[in-house]
Amino acid sequence: MNVKLIAMHEQLTDLIVKFRESEGNLITLLQDTQEAFGYVPQEAVYWFANELDVPASRFFGIATFYAQFHLKPRGKNIVTACCGTACHVRGAERLVNAVKRELKLEEDQDTTEDRLITVEKLACLGTCSLAPVVIINGKMFGKATTDILTREIRSLKKETKKNE
Amino acid sequence: MSDISIRVCMGPGGIASGGGDVLSAFETLLKQSSLSAEIKDRCSTHKVGCLGMCSKDVLVDLFIDGKKTTYQKVNAGMVQRIVDEHIIQGAPIAEWITDEEYDNFYSKQIKVVLSDCGVVDPESLESYVANGGYKATDKVLKTMSPVEVTDVMTKSGLRGRGGAGFPTGVKWETCRKVPSSQKYIICNADEGDPGAFMDRAVLEGNPHAVIEGMLIGAYAIGADKGYVYVRAEYPLAVERLSQAIKEATAKGFLGKNIMNTGFNFSIKLKLGAGAFVCGEETALIASIEGQRGMPRPKPPFPVFSGLWGKPTVINNVETLANIAYIITKGAEWYASYGTEKSKGTKVFALTGKVKNTGLIEVPMGITLREIIYDIGGGIEGGKALKAVQTGGPSGGCIPASMLDINVDYESLAKVGSIVGSGGMIVLDEDNCMVNIAKYFLAFTQLESCGKCVPCRIGTKRLLEILERITKGQGREGDIELLERLSKDIKSASLCGLGQTAPNPVLSTLNYFRDEYEAHIRDKKCPAKVCKDLLTYSILEAVCTGCGACKRACPSAAIAGDKKKPHKLDADLCVRCGACFDVCKFKAVAKE
Repeated sequence: MNVKLIAMHEQLTDLIVKFRESEGNLITLLQDTQEAFGYVPQEAVYWFANELDVPASRFFGIATFYAQFHLKPRGKNIVTACCGTACHVRGAERLVNAVKRELKLEEDQDTTEDRLITVEKLACLGTCSLAPVVIINGKMFGKATTDILTREIRSLKKETKKNE
Repeated sequence: MSDISIRVCMGPGGIASGGGDVLSAFETLLKQSSLSAEIKDRCSTHKVGCLGMCSKDVLVDLFIDGKKTTYQKVNAGMVQRIVDEHIIQGAPIAEWITDEEYDNFYSKQIKVVLSDCGVVDPESLESYVANGGYKATDKVLKTMSPVEVTDVMTKSGLRGRGGAGFPTGVKWETCRKVPSSQKYIICNADEGDPGAFMDRAVLEGNPHAVIEGMLIGAYAIGADKGYVYVRAEYPLAVERLSQAIKEATAKGFLGKNIMNTGFNFSIKLKLGAGAFVCGEETALIASIEGQRGMPRPKPPFPVFSGLWGKPTVINNVETLANIAYIITKGAEWYASYGTEKSKGTKVFALTGKVKNTGLIEVPMGITLREIIYDIGGGIEGGKALKAVQTGGPSGGCIPASMLDINVDYESLAKVGSIVGSGGMIVLDEDNCMVNIAKYFLAFTQLESCGKCVPCRIGTKRLLEILERITKGQGREGDIELLERLSKDIKSASLCGLGQTAPNPVLSTLNYFRDEYEAHIRDKKCPAKVCKDLLTYSILEAVCTGCGACKRACPSAAIAGDKKKPHKLDADLCVRCGACFDVCKFKAVAKE
């Protein structure tokens, strides 16, 4: 057992117990795992595969099929840009580009090097009347503009520096 | 007895606009010691579901002795004055009350599904029951046979509101007739169309209506277990629904021996994990079973062999929310709305470049013009309407010239679009139709489950061609290639996703071919959207030399001295539009 796995062991055991008690399935198990760790760690998948005698490929098959699952750790702060149709026609893409420019992220990159901020797109949040919508750490910004977002991101960066 | 009731809109729009702050401001003020006990006793505050006109949120309905006043765009800072002047002194604040626009928004609507949305407290079973809730269940369980129930549904003409429009009564009756000791009813709440939030509003605004619809459906087909498959992206809907299920179970509306009739029914919640294809019935079933959500061939249809191989009925949220009203008011009443083949009302999420965005419910057969201009108040900013997109990624664009079309299943299908689940996105002259087609293809390509080659590779190829066109690398023959490929994908894909994915391309090609040609031949984007086809320049006569664009430019393409007109070097420009966004003087031109 490696160090990381030892640290996770207790939580993993709890997850398996819950899984068995609630007659859940692999999707719910992965959802609970992500809830616990913020992402789905590979070590956890192999451990489950061994415990449940289910091929690890089945877990990865599910984890890569559904958009909800992340196999890599994410940033401390999450910026989610809604890219639903209503947001798209009101310029969501320009917002995403502006945020990425501000964070110096390449087009295919979504998390900053220091893992401070992750920028992600979502298909539709269902608050189309406020389009374009961006969520920063759970707080919703309706009718978002590049100005508002740049300001918010700069203050996020500042706050983290202060805390360090 | 409280006769002053304050109802704060806490639908998706209301919450995002600060409904929570408004509600707590009311609660705090009404607890203040300076307020007389008499007023305090009379007041009650409620959070209610979506009131519809999200562009005027936060909306607050104030009922005093049964008289309703609606305040619009309320924020927490306005609450004190409403309490002081209106509640205490009895003088409404005229300038904050909704205006004519608000009345117009509602006057052409007919609310069935949404009739209690914004009236009942979604977090209270008591409130739902006080509004006549679970009366339909009582009637069904005590006085009707399952056949009578499916008969009412068939007569009402209700068709599946998820998009396909299959008659609900026929689905139920077919499943009822299948002999099996175990059957299931599933509520499809995996609302995945980008630009649609009807189901979210219903789940968050009146969850018990959905539960009641499932209960009645379960009785009709003979199921004792139900599942709600709901998107994890709707946390509030999940929360309110699970609370509603818990409360209904505690009060005996769900569980064993419901209302002493010997009928058993329980509901479980399943969270979707973010896959658009799971809106397809067989993919949804696979997902509930814990597998990758991939569709399988039909037949066998789920009514014969569905969840765990047992007969299963799958209904959409809006369909189910209609059921109790139809039972209570009768099939004839429901069928009196709508057209000959499309009965009843339909909820639409009206969004995009329209003035009054929000959630609307209209009788089937209303014209698109009435929706956009009478209800929606026309296009914002005095721009010209270009098209209306309906049906999300499976639908199409209806050009402005066809505004007098009736909105029903048949009429929309005739012009190459669909009613779909109810997203209605208004596009104006600033929207590029090639870009819209590319947007939807990017979505379906990403969401294709990969099972069928025509869908998996075909959508990818369609997207590549569209990308090429929007980058100014379009070739002669691309339009014909798009058309041929689209037809192949439609005819060779297994499920609805692939069969409809090319629709946005086909319908924009049909009505806006000139825009495609402008991109391909002239290398121009008429709507000035596709960034690779744009050129930016600075208007020297307007530029004040403030330097904002220079600072914003990521590629150092702008130079100039302070307070003197700046210049943009087109060779260095990466066309990001940052200068255009920051310029306060409209001195950056794009063409």
